[in-house]
Amino acid sequence: MSDVPILLEMRSITKEFPGVKALSDVNLVVRAGEIHAICGENGAGKSTLMKVLSGVYPHGTYDGKIVYQGSESKFSDIRASENAGIVIIHQELALIPGMSIAENIFLGNEPRKRGAIDWKAANRMALDLMARVGLEEDPDTLIKDIGVGKQQLVEIAKAFAKDVKLLILDEPTAALNEADSKHLLDLLRGFRSRGITSIMISHKLNEIEAIADQITILRDGRTVETLDVKADGVDEDRIVRGMVGRELSSRFPDHTPKIGDVFFEVRNWNVRHPISAERQVCKNESFVVRRGEIVGFAGLMGAGRTELAMSVFGRSYGVFESGTIIKDGKEIVLKSVADAIDNGLAYVSEDRKAIGLNLLDDIKTSTVAAKLSKISHHGVLNEVEEYQAAESYRKELRTKAPTVDESVSKLSGGNQQKVVLAKWMFTDPDLLILDEPTRGIDVGAKYEIYGIIQRLADQGKGVIVISSELPELIGLCDRIYTVFEGAITGEIARADATPETLMKQMTSTKKMATR
Amino acid sequence: MSRLKDLQKNLFGGTTSNARQFGMIFTLVAIVVLFQILTDGLTLRSDNLIALFQQNSYILILAIGMLMVIVAGHIDLSVGSVAAFAGILVAKSMTEWDLPWPAAIVFGLAIGAAIGAWQGFWVAYIGVPAFIVTLAGMLLFRGGNQFIGNASTVPVPEGFREIGSGFLPEFGPNTGYNNATLLLGLAAALAVVWREIQARKTRRAMDADPAPMWISILRMAIMVGVIAFAALRFASGRVGTSFPISGIILLVLVIAYSFYTRNTAGGRHIYAVGGNSRAAELSGVKLKRVNFFVMMNMSVLAALAGMIFVARSAASGPQDGNGWELDAIAAVFIGGAAVAGGIGTISGSIVGGLVMAVLNNGLQLMGVGTDRVQIIKGLVLLLAVAIDVYNKSQGRFSIIGSLMRPFRRDDSAPPASPPDAEREPAKAAVSG
Repeated sequence: MSDVPILLEMRSITKEFPGVKALSDVNLVVRAGEIHAICGENGAGKSTLMKVLSGVYPHGTYDGKIVYQGSESKFSDIRASENAGIVIIHQELALIPGMSIAENIFLGNEPRKRGAIDWKAANRMALDLMARVGLEEDPDTLIKDIGVGKQQLVEIAKAFAKDVKLLILDEPTAALNEADSKHLLDLLRGFRSRGITSIMISHKLNEIEAIADQITILRDGRTVETLDVKADGVDEDRIVRGMVGRELSSRFPDHTPKIGDVFFEVRNWNVRHPISAERQVCKNESFVVRRGEIVGFAGLMGAGRTELAMSVFGRSYGVFESGTIIKDGKEIVLKSVADAIDNGLAYVSEDRKAIGLNLLDDIKTSTVAAKLSKISHHGVLNEVEEYQAAESYRKELRTKAPTVDESVSKLSGGNQQKVVLAKWMFTDPDLLILDEPTRGIDVGAKYEIYGIIQRLADQGKGVIVISSELPELIGLCDRIYTVFEGAITGEIARADATPETLMKQMTSTKKMATR
Repeated sequence: MSRLKDLQKNLFGGTTSNARQFGMIFTLVAIVVLFQILTDGLTLRSDNLIALFQQNSYILILAIGMLMVIVAGHIDLSVGSVAAFAGILVAKSMTEWDLPWPAAIVFGLAIGAAIGAWQGFWVAYIGVPAFIVTLAGMLLFRGGNQFIGNASTVPVPEGFREIGSGFLPEFGPNTGYNNATLLLGLAAALAVVWREIQARKTRRAMDADPAPMWISILRMAIMVGVIAFAALRFASGRVGTSFPISGIILLVLVIAYSFYTRNTAGGRHIYAVGGNSRAAELSGVKLKRVNFFVMMNMSVLAALAGMIFVARSAASGPQDGNGWELDAIAAVFIGGAAVAGGIGTISGSIVGGLVMAVLNNGLQLMGVGTDRVQIIKGLVLLLAVAIDVYNKSQGRFSIIGSLMRPFRRDDSAPPASPPDAEREPAKAAVSG
């Protein structure tokens, strides 16, 4: 590919923060019209590098040179880089939920006629841009009324409105289901054929392998290597080796399950949507969990897995209609989260930043937050016990932080997830429900989290894992339920689970043979 | 150099709100010194200090409740009106229904609780924003005060006035000082020493190195020195005056509520709700109960403040408590609380309230008119918070922190992982 002109070259970029060198001597060469993936574990410096490129960290705050379209660029802010055609789409989408698709696309860039916004032109241009990204919606539809997959497309349409030459996507498929991810990747391929260059940051190595032309791997703020996918015959294992600096023989720790008897059972569970009461989100769902068993819940986004889990966890979602929960042979009624915790349930939410953690807290406050009674005597908290509890979990789970006084907002995603796990392990649960436990977490930390889940199961606890990554469910779970549109459509033993069988039952209402 | 580093780490290190608080204490000291010079020593004279406490104790009591309301993510605009409403009912209960004054105080607190339950109900169980509920309450109870009192003043009897204008009694040998105040000072000094020792013990139990001994001693020496100075000042006022009863009430409340917010599950739940209410709910915190409690507690404290004010001015009037809510809210924000909730301390709010009080008092001593005093207070509030917001946006935690920055080159502990840390949606906090 060396005959293709170089669009962007970042030369020996070094960026320091007080006390930490986030990037040292990083080099990146992107050729015109390619899809260039950047891989690395959390904290390797991927996001920092992109922030240097897009002017979030303006010229002068870093060392090194950015050569873009043949001349040196000194971006003073994001606007400067956008004017040059570099647009970055962040993992957390920057859309205004209460505004329409068209309004969002042209936000800050509104087409004007005599000082007033020209909505006619805006809608017409929006339709054109939406067609380019394959989004079929009315431009007047509000952002909050479309799914996250379509929201991502709006972001990309927004980038096109700015005449993008280099599109940077930070974890574009992290929140998408398989179908939406596939659509997005097809879209990127389409851009490539039209000569638009993309840089993609992703933890999903199978996607990178499938789509990228070049891969630059970062580790600890340094460039490890740049691979040419076709020429070098790169596969996932090769990428992993570069990222972690060693061979990762298996993605899942070895584990021999010790499965006991059924101890937790949900029967005929019916729940309605909290706002539109005519919508039933859980339709007569029943499932069982055995001691020492890891049970997976597979389903497409919006299938109602999170809703099922949260409604079981002390009715924290929706309007309860009917259904029974049986634990250790006795029926229990969980009317509040406190009831659920007292009865040995724990729920680790899919969105740790929004609803799993208080980001103002430090590690120790977070660790004990769900069971303060355990460290208090006559209502008075014991700081020493709090510290010791947090410290022992920090050591056990190998959370990377200088002390347990560190604010959780400063931790990487994997370490935040460990703090959330510690918080729920601290409540001594019998049943842990883990909702997307490895979302946005790098390969090394995932492996550790899997190990923790297996250890919890080996202690005789039941573990439910909800995940959108089928390989994860297949590699980790002893048994998998499939959910489609609020109903359980199948139950598959580990031995029979393949992505194909799961996908089939995740997308059909027909109930397959159950055991 | 290393001593300087120790000092900086132990006094200004730790959490951002700690640093902010120390900044405020220095500001307070600076303002006191400034006015001491500008007023030729009037500021720190016994009678002025006593008056300062008497005039501001009720605002500081409100600041305690307001801190908890703001930490939980709400606001209470009704406190001045609630105070006036409770004040007039209590005054009436004594003059017209001949309730003995101790019973009248209980009655007043009950009124506060009832009003608080009313406001808490709308906020916690119906979900009306506290801003609206208490804006309504502000009109409601101001009107109620004037309706019940016919917009005129109602005097209160002798005994009741003690809680607003009384002093610690005289007893024991004639030392030339008020002995009760001296004893109080001694107790406070002992408490400071005891706390420092306990803190060192706790640090050791956490396998962490306690602060170097000389820092502990320095810290204790400063605190004890301040306490001794204050005790002697309060004890040496005009005969018949000493440390005010309202100051004692304030002191007890500050200690009790500091303990509650710092060291109990209930207190921590307030911070959890303010920091991330959904996460708190999913951790088993009973959201409605916490919200109900903070609103109700605020009104009880407002009723108490109202009674102290009525006792001090010897009568309840239609304009009592006008603008108190703003003084209390200002004290809390100057003291380092975050507008979005989840951050703030009782002690910080008290310091914030004292900054405003000393400013007010000093300017009045200098003969500055209330018009200009208001302008200056407004600017101080804006500046105090603006400097902090600015520092935060620059990635510095406090003025002091940034002044000390040249000395901390070799200190490489923070930030663990800036790229990730910066991706966090930083809480739009007013605090540092």
